[in-house]
Amino acid sequence: MSLVLTHARYQFLETVRVPIAVIGSAFFPAMAMLFFVVPFAGDNAVASTYATGSMVIFAVMSACLFTYGIGVAEDRAQPWDPYLRTLPAGPVPRFTGRIITVMGLTLIAIIPVLVIAAVLTEATVTVPQLLLGLGAILVGSLPFTLMGLSIGYTFSSKAAIVIAQVVFFPTAVGGGLLTGDPAYAPEFIKIVSPYLPTRGAVELVWAATTDFTPNPLALIMLAVWVVVFAALAVWAYRRDEGRRFT
Amino acid sequence: MAEILARTVEVTRKYGDVTALDQVSLDIRAGEVVGLLGPNGAGKSTLVNLFAGLRKPTSGRVELLGGSPTDPARRRGIGVTPQETGLPPTLRVGECADFVAAHFPDPVGRGELLDRFGLGDLAKRQIGGLSGGQKRRLAVALAFIGRPRLVFLDEPTTGLDVEARRTLWDGIRRFHAEGGTVVLTSHYLEEIEALAERVVVIGGGRVLTDDTMDAVRGLVGIRRVTLTASGLPELTGVLGVEQEGTRTHLLTADSDALVRELVLSGAPFADLEIRPTSLEEAFLTITGRESQAA
Repeated sequence: MSLVLTHARYQFLETVRVPIAVIGSAFFPAMAMLFFVVPFAGDNAVASTYATGSMVIFAVMSACLFTYGIGVAEDRAQPWDPYLRTLPAGPVPRFTGRIITVMGLTLIAIIPVLVIAAVLTEATVTVPQLLLGLGAILVGSLPFTLMGLSIGYTFSSKAAIVIAQVVFFPTAVGGGLLTGDPAYAPEFIKIVSPYLPTRGAVELVWAATTDFTPNPLALIMLAVWVVVFAALAVWAYRRDEGRRFT
Repeated sequence: MAEILARTVEVTRKYGDVTALDQVSLDIRAGEVVGLLGPNGAGKSTLVNLFAGLRKPTSGRVELLGGSPTDPARRRGIGVTPQETGLPPTLRVGECADFVAAHFPDPVGRGELLDRFGLGDLAKRQIGGLSGGQKRRLAVALAFIGRPRLVFLDEPTTGLDVEARRTLWDGIRRFHAEGGTVVLTSHYLEEIEALAERVVVIGGGRVLTDDTMDAVRGLVGIRRVTLTASGLPELTGVLGVEQEGTRTHLLTADSDALVRELVLSGAPFADLEIRPTSLEEAFLTITGRESQAA
């Protein structure tokens, strides 16, 4: 366990010493919030709370897909990564350490979104709702973490950039992250969204912060996605071992 | 007979169609300093990576400290040098040492370790700001941090100046004197000569020679005879011929006999030069001879 924390600590240090990376992951969702949520739903308390939840999952997903997918693929190309595999530790500390690191970075990335929501919109939460919401975010980030790891351990860094982008947009839109209040979403989104991991994740956040009742199908699918991507990530990691080096 | 710390038993490792190691059986015994020599692509790194648990053999068996190198617990007893180009640039020297030390039950103290490798003043510096030689020393230091029984040092002094190289060699000798076992890979005969007692020559994925330093020295005592001549007679004892512009290079184990024969043949030649071959050339010759014999 202490080794997990050691890995998390040093990965976090490595990341925050390049502050632009942290700023970058916070910038995108904050901008989306300013451009899409504030002008269109800012004056409606319910709509802007839903939209804030969506943007938070949007931020989490982009942080996960890009820092894991591309970050892991880039790390694998560095000789430091094979060196770490010679140390007396299995894959768990590095894997788990990375997950903790990105959870920390995610919490930093959503601060601007929350600040914008509080200052510029009518979105409201109580303190327990906010804490519950943060918990929901950490649970909801799991499938994207594992998705990012699968991509990172399977593809080269150049391919990982493309794959992450290709996966990112349809999953975000299809899950209804950009269509606001779920009751008024287009028919197509209503049909597709329960099957996508973004939906289950955002419904958890909505349920935590509003009186929204989540769709059991979306939550079951969220669990299914977690299992699928966990299996994929482990498979990709094992397969990666001993193949990459020349 | 000393305890065997690591061994391969008829290990073959393939990458697709390429065979990097072909039926290699090798024992590393406690207290040895083994020099692993071979040209690029000979299979040296593959062999070290198998021992360090980075790769699995396609067939055959690899043992490390009585178990499998893929078992993390076995790897507590070994130390490996990372390539210095891969050290995380944003971490400080001390942080990097602490991070690696956290993986071992009884690591060397950070101050003691950094002092031993002449890095004591640099603990607070970010690795990205170090010189190539300083990074190299840090990389080697990391191999010793867990008080290993067996260290794998890959080109430990490449890029170091003479003084730093001597300091590092002294450190490796001290480790050996205290009972440590070392597997050293290098392109440089000088480095292997300075440290190793046993030399394993690898070429084309096979062990070509596994012998004491003295025996191998005799084996690679190959000379290069260079001259300008329009046509040469058939000469005995020529291991290889290379043509470079008007110059002809002849590789031979006995340059005296070759020159005598050349002079007696009466063939005209000019600008005769004789010098020892580089290790790499000698290995190519050995490799060529082996494949002819096969």
